Amino acid sequence: MNSMETTKTFWLPDQASTFAGRVDWAFDLFLWISTFFFVLVVGLIALFVIKHRRRRPDQMASGQMAHNTMLETTWTVVPLLIVMGLFFIGMRGWWHMRIAPSNSIAIDVVGMKWKWTFNYMQGFSNDTLVVPVHQPVRLRITSTDVIHSFYIPNFRTKVDAVPGRYQALWFEATKTGVFPVLCTQYCGTSHSYMITAVKVVERAEYDTWLSDAASASGGDVAPDAFGATVYSKRGCNACHTVDGSAGIGPTWKGIWDHHVKLADGSTVEVNAAYIKQSVQDPTSQVVEGFPPIMPSYKGILSDREIEAVTAYIQTLK
Amino acid sequence: MSAHQENINYLKARKGFLNWIVTVDHKRIGLMYLASIIFFFIAGGTYAFLFRMELWSPLQGFMTSDTYNHLFTMHGVIMVFLVVVPGIPGALGNFLLPIQLGAKDLAFPKLNITSLYLYWGGATLALFSLTQGRADSGWTFYAPYSLSQNPAVLWMLTAAFILGFSSILTGLNFIVTIHKMRAPGMTWFRLPLFVWALYATGIMQVFATPVLAITLVLLLVENFLHIGIFDPALGGDPIMMQHFFWFYSHPAVYIIVVPAFGVVSELIATFSRKTIFGYKFIAFSSVAITIIGFLVWGHHMFVAGQSDVAVTIFSFLTFFTAVPSAIKVFNWTTTLYQGSIKLTTPMLYALQFLFNFTIGGLTGIILGILSVDIHLHDTYFVVSHFHYVAMGSTMIAFIGGIYYWWPKMTGKMFNETWGRIGAVLVFIGFNVTFFVQLIMGSQGSPRRYYHYLDQFQIYHQISTVGVVILALGLFTALFNLLISLRTGATAPQNPWGARTLEWTHAATPPVLYNFTETPIVTEGPYDYPVEKV
Amino acid sequence: MAETIVPQEHEVAHHFDDLEQEFQSHRMGMWLFLASEIMMFGALLVGGFILMYRFPGAFAEGRAHLDWRLGTINTFFLLTSGYTMALAAMHGQRGNQSAVRRNLWLSLLFAAGFLVVKFFEYSAKFHHGTLPGKYFTAAGFSDPHAHVFFGFYFVATGLHVLHVLIGMGLMVWCLFVSRKVKFTRAYITPVEMSGLYWALIDLVWFILFPLLYLVG
Repeated sequence: MNSMETTKTFWLPDQASTFAGRVDWAFDLFLWISTFFFVLVVGLIALFVIKHRRRRPDQMASGQMAHNTMLETTWTVVPLLIVMGLFFIGMRGWWHMRIAPSNSIAIDVVGMKWKWTFNYMQGFSNDTLVVPVHQPVRLRITSTDVIHSFYIPNFRTKVDAVPGRYQALWFEATKTGVFPVLCTQYCGTSHSYMITAVKVVERAEYDTWLSDAASASGGDVAPDAFGATVYSKRGCNACHTVDGSAGIGPTWKGIWDHHVKLADGSTVEVNAAYIKQSVQDPTSQVVEGFPPIMPSYKGILSDREIEAVTAYIQTLK
Repeated sequence: MSAHQENINYLKARKGFLNWIVTVDHKRIGLMYLASIIFFFIAGGTYAFLFRMELWSPLQGFMTSDTYNHLFTMHGVIMVFLVVVPGIPGALGNFLLPIQLGAKDLAFPKLNITSLYLYWGGATLALFSLTQGRADSGWTFYAPYSLSQNPAVLWMLTAAFILGFSSILTGLNFIVTIHKMRAPGMTWFRLPLFVWALYATGIMQVFATPVLAITLVLLLVENFLHIGIFDPALGGDPIMMQHFFWFYSHPAVYIIVVPAFGVVSELIATFSRKTIFGYKFIAFSSVAITIIGFLVWGHHMFVAGQSDVAVTIFSFLTFFTAVPSAIKVFNWTTTLYQGSIKLTTPMLYALQFLFNFTIGGLTGIILGILSVDIHLHDTYFVVSHFHYVAMGSTMIAFIGGIYYWWPKMTGKMFNETWGRIGAVLVFIGFNVTFFVQLIMGSQGSPRRYYHYLDQFQIYHQISTVGVVILALGLFTALFNLLISLRTGATAPQNPWGARTLEWTHAATPPVLYNFTETPIVTEGPYDYPVEKV
Repeated sequence: MAETIVPQEHEVAHHFDDLEQEFQSHRMGMWLFLASEIMMFGALLVGGFILMYRFPGAFAEGRAHLDWRLGTINTFFLLTSGYTMALAAMHGQRGNQSAVRRNLWLSLLFAAGFLVVKFFEYSAKFHHGTLPGKYFTAAGFSDPHAHVFFGFYFVATGLHVLHVLIGMGLMVWCLFVSRKVKFTRAYITPVEMSGLYWALIDLVWFILFPLLYLVG
């Protein structure tokens, strides 16, 4: 960890994201409020226990105060105001955490027993998260088996990875270094070993790493070649052929720029818009003679993958 | 039955093991709950003790991670479903509620023994599950992890289901008893605060527990038939399971802690000879917490994937539960003012309760702050927070209550010196164990971790030392009570000078039907006189 | 033999002051128990509505496979048995012991009718393979989640049938009690409690029936 200055305190770990300052401020604020009330209550108890201790066995209380409207109103209103203030502080911080800036880079995260996989949009995956410093990063997180939870203590952020759902989380790292990524939702035998790291690097280093990693895993191939990969890896080939024979769905061969007849009798030209719509909302434009059974790939295939598929279809003359 | 038999003490009225097992006497049922709960508290504590030893080092010690997962699951299930939920109502509530009301028994004595049988049945199944493999789902049974068809988990689900019915029937019995069985003159505002607390608890038991029951049924059905309700692989929604689960389990937090409020109110009033400051507030706030408690379950799921709007609303409502709790602490503290305070063993536990509950409450508020909760969620901070409430508040109040009512239940006085030594050891042990867990948690150490980052070792070691002190204190407290059964002095009717009916009107130990003649109530439960100058 | 036993006045349990207090307590206890039951069924039905929202196709298709006429007959059976239970309580208050018994028998009969119809419905489903989850083997369903509908159908109606069986057990218990204890204006506790329980069974069915058979 090459952090220049440490911001670690007795209570909280080193700060390494834009959230940390806000969260820690709220934490510290309430720590002081807590300390005040704790000392007040325990101090009063100690004072009363000593001052009003029973000196003779038959000694009765020196007074029987049962009510004091002024006192009771005060200690109702003051805590109420404090907690409402805390609610607004917490809510503002939370909303800030929920809305990713539009210039974020997107990375997909998949949790499984017991590892994290980071799928970069450049078409490769990695088992540690590498991100540039001072750059908003948006993660889209899911799980393939049980519920996990994606937690970076130094960034003060966390979200559950739920199978069958995609959850969003974003952050902007503020210092370079290597920080632990932990699973915080109990997931079985190696729950506590489901640890990886987020490596925050300078922008230039990130760009170099990205192109190296992409080329090492074939990620910098031409769009049509990547489209062929998507075709075979993402399950398109289960229903669509590329040799002109009929499958469960229409073949992809020779359809580009041609018109096809739809089940509702209309015709449509096969172009980029049509392909994108057919991927994301397949039952809206069903080709005549085929059942409307294709599931939507909206959110499953990225825009880059859809573009690659489009490029691939263009090559299938 | 002869009049003679009715007027001898309940421990001697009908002898023999069988007469205890088939009894419908609420006092004997209370004592049998007490013995069962102490047994399971030791069992659950032993599990905790073992895995705390393992956590001395981040490396593998004397158990594998699967064993560790099994141990914390057993610790959680036993402590929640067999100890803290049935604890104070089952043991102290059963024994005291009819006497404090001036009644001969609960409204439904046979239903009461049925509750105990269900408790034993559930407990037996939970123990039986140990022979069927290793339950490892955690006490929360989250899907899809709990859908692994592990037979031990399935038996455990069944056990929790049966224990739920035990809890429902107890709550139902208490509510009806409080409504219908009060002695002449026992108006609602002359009820001891312990009774009010049991009333609020009863409402939650009756209305929240059935939701747990159906959740467990659906989990079992999902395991066997694969319907697709909770299992994402079949199109189900695991988050829905969490909603169902917490709809019960958040009110369950109040089922756990509200009876402790009642016990502590009694203890503080008696040992400071003071009327409770703001009696009506404490009474109503228990009921208010009950109602708000039904609306805040979502705060267990801030990072689970609810809509942002739901998260915001649940956070907002959560803060409203904080205010009545805070006011109660102020009320109890103010009750001490001008009192005649004696630091007996029960009072030491009551003051510990105030200390621990203040920490438990304040850490609860910080977990309600949304942005901060994202960081703290599912870390040791949360573990420490709910132990400050469930152990540091509820169990401490429970032990204090056992000490307080021990002379009434058994007719024997305990040794005061050893009682105080036990109380101090428990106080030190508990806080050493759990305070460091707050620091560990906010530093980012997740819960349910068998293996942890090296930097947390020192906190784990302090915590483990604390647990040894705590165990020492708890056994001191227990043996002190057990020894008193043989060597303790005979207890007078009202050794503490308290004002509630069990002390002023019932013999020590009480007779079979509690009172030789029905008491007529003419004053409040805490109408202590003022010292004449 | 049974004729030789003459029903006696009910004795108040030892811990109650009088019959009124005993009756009030029993009634309140029963209402609380019903409230608890309603929370349980309520949660189940909320689950059902959520499933219906998630899988509208499966619910529409599954619903088409249920016979609403059989459901209607069963609604009739439950309504009628509820009515005869109310009659039993009324006659109990008038001290008409034999009329109580007659109405209890009628209620049992209609409840049994409900079970017979349910039996035919269930066996048809076993025959067609329209069963929950992994046991779903029926052909001809286009919605991939049709098994979810039948899973919910069996869980919900199964739990309801379990309650019907318990309710019938209570009726039999009332018949036994009616031989030993005389019902009076002040004491009809067993019949009234069983009647309340039976009313819950009716109520649950009135929600289940449209949810499973009709709506949509």
